[in-house]
Amino acid sequence: MSAFATGGVLRWMLEGLLGGLALMLLTGARDPILVPEISQHQIEVRQGFTGADLLLFGAILTPEGARAAQDYDIVVVLEGPLKSIVLREKKKVAGMWINADSTEFRSAPSFFAIASSRPIDKMVDDKTAAIYELGLKWLQLSPIGVIDPKAQTRFSSGLVDLMHRQGMYQQNDGAVTISGQVLYQARFELPSSVQTGRYTAETFAIHDGKVVASAMTRVDVTKQGFERFVALAAQTRSLLYGLFAVVMSVAMGWLAGRLFALV
Amino acid sequence: MDVYLPIANLSVNGLVIVGLGALTGLLSGMFGVGGGFLTTPLLIFYGVPPTVAAASAASQVTGASVSGAFAHARRNGIDYHIGAVLVFGGIIGTGIGALLFRVLQSLGQIDTVINILYVLLLGGIGGLMAHESITTLKAQRSGAPLPARKRRHHPLVASLPLRWRFYRSGLYISPLAPLLLGIFTGVLTMLMGIGGGFILVPAMLYILGMGVNVVVGTSLFQILFVTMATTMMHALTTKAVDIVLAVLLLIGSVSGAQVGAKFAQKVKPEQLRLILAVVVLLVAMRMALGLGYRPDEIYTVVPL
Repeated sequence: MSAFATGGVLRWMLEGLLGGLALMLLTGARDPILVPEISQHQIEVRQGFTGADLLLFGAILTPEGARAAQDYDIVVVLEGPLKSIVLREKKKVAGMWINADSTEFRSAPSFFAIASSRPIDKMVDDKTAAIYELGLKWLQLSPIGVIDPKAQTRFSSGLVDLMHRQGMYQQNDGAVTISGQVLYQARFELPSSVQTGRYTAETFAIHDGKVVASAMTRVDVTKQGFERFVALAAQTRSLLYGLFAVVMSVAMGWLAGRLFALV
Repeated sequence: MDVYLPIANLSVNGLVIVGLGALTGLLSGMFGVGGGFLTTPLLIFYGVPPTVAAASAASQVTGASVSGAFAHARRNGIDYHIGAVLVFGGIIGTGIGALLFRVLQSLGQIDTVINILYVLLLGGIGGLMAHESITTLKAQRSGAPLPARKRRHHPLVASLPLRWRFYRSGLYISPLAPLLLGIFTGVLTMLMGIGGGFILVPAMLYILGMGVNVVVGTSLFQILFVTMATTMMHALTTKAVDIVLAVLLLIGSVSGAQVGAKFAQKVKPEQLRLILAVVVLLVAMRMALGLGYRPDEIYTVVPL
């Protein structure tokens, strides 16, 4: 039984290899390379930050560096830092909506945006989509502890729906434009409430239901200037920070009293 | 005018926040309440994380009550003796509140508890105030004089051991009564981001039996110190005080408080109380809807 299975796998691999070789000989197609670039490698969160527009673009080339001259589908995924979170679910208990159930996810992305040149389910099958996390419903959130698959699906889709409405999870079929079979570009919108940290932008080239190439670039989102100072002070010098807040509120209240007494 | 809040991690319209501060400041100037009961839920409704909203609203209440407290001090309207007991209790209360906050947060029930507290307290107090001001207004219209309310403290207060004299309030009661009241409002301040004025004032009148002339001043005095303690407590434990948010709220509320105080002198106190009752009841109803009918969100995310 086991020898038979091994034989089956071997034969399958051999067939695949031969098939691939034959295809390459016939069409001269080899896996392309992707040269990705991003409009900004550093996003600074400063006063007046209202979010950011990111342009992810790049070229699809042959290994020699020539124009690929073949139709590839492109998927671009922009992913924020992973967070461990607790997701709570409200239920109606005795006439009141209270947090009745919860689950923990070890690696929920704080931001996840995916753009593709056409609907993803038309490019790849579910298995491939799940492996490469192509699409919001294939997000691998790593739930902690054993919970039944049904509840897990419910929680996952609850989280995705919530984050989607907050603009933190986005899926845009058809948002990648490819020009002249070589240049691709996609635009992403980061809301102002994005987490700081390292963001990765991964580009996939897909042909014939398979991911044939991928490449990655990075974006760093950091607080700068006054915002950085405040966030740091609140964390590391909480006593001084609190005192300052108290003194300031008393001073402002007192000052207003004096000013209005003059009017 | 877009302003980025560095602790809330969010960009907001600065003018909206200043306007919000002005609205609550107006209330605090008119009624001698802090207005935190309005700021915190409105901030949450605007998208500010609940903890940041509660922590930053506390410093706004400090600012709004400062000038009021000074004004009352100038015309000798503060009983410092009973005020000190209240503040002492209040500071203990914020400590207890911080512990409760942490426990409830880990149980995942903090927002439910806050909502229930809002509905019960605001609904109860608002209902009482509405009832009282309506009967007063009716009596005024018909011309029939209201039976004078006897000023005396609650029998429960009389049963407490140990008695002190509080000369300014004209009371000879156990200091445990104001101490417990202080602790109670301190806990609420920490949990709900409110000053507690709308609970303190009626409690001082009807439970402690303090004189009307010192109630508002002493309440402001207590609120001032307890919200200062709350801001410190939040800065040290939850680290959720957003200084930019606080400044925006303060700009609005300190000026609103001044306008409100001027306005209050022109309107009849019964009408004023009726308006406040309506506002309080509206907030309570909004909270009750979220609790009983439909919450804003089924799912909530908290960091692990």
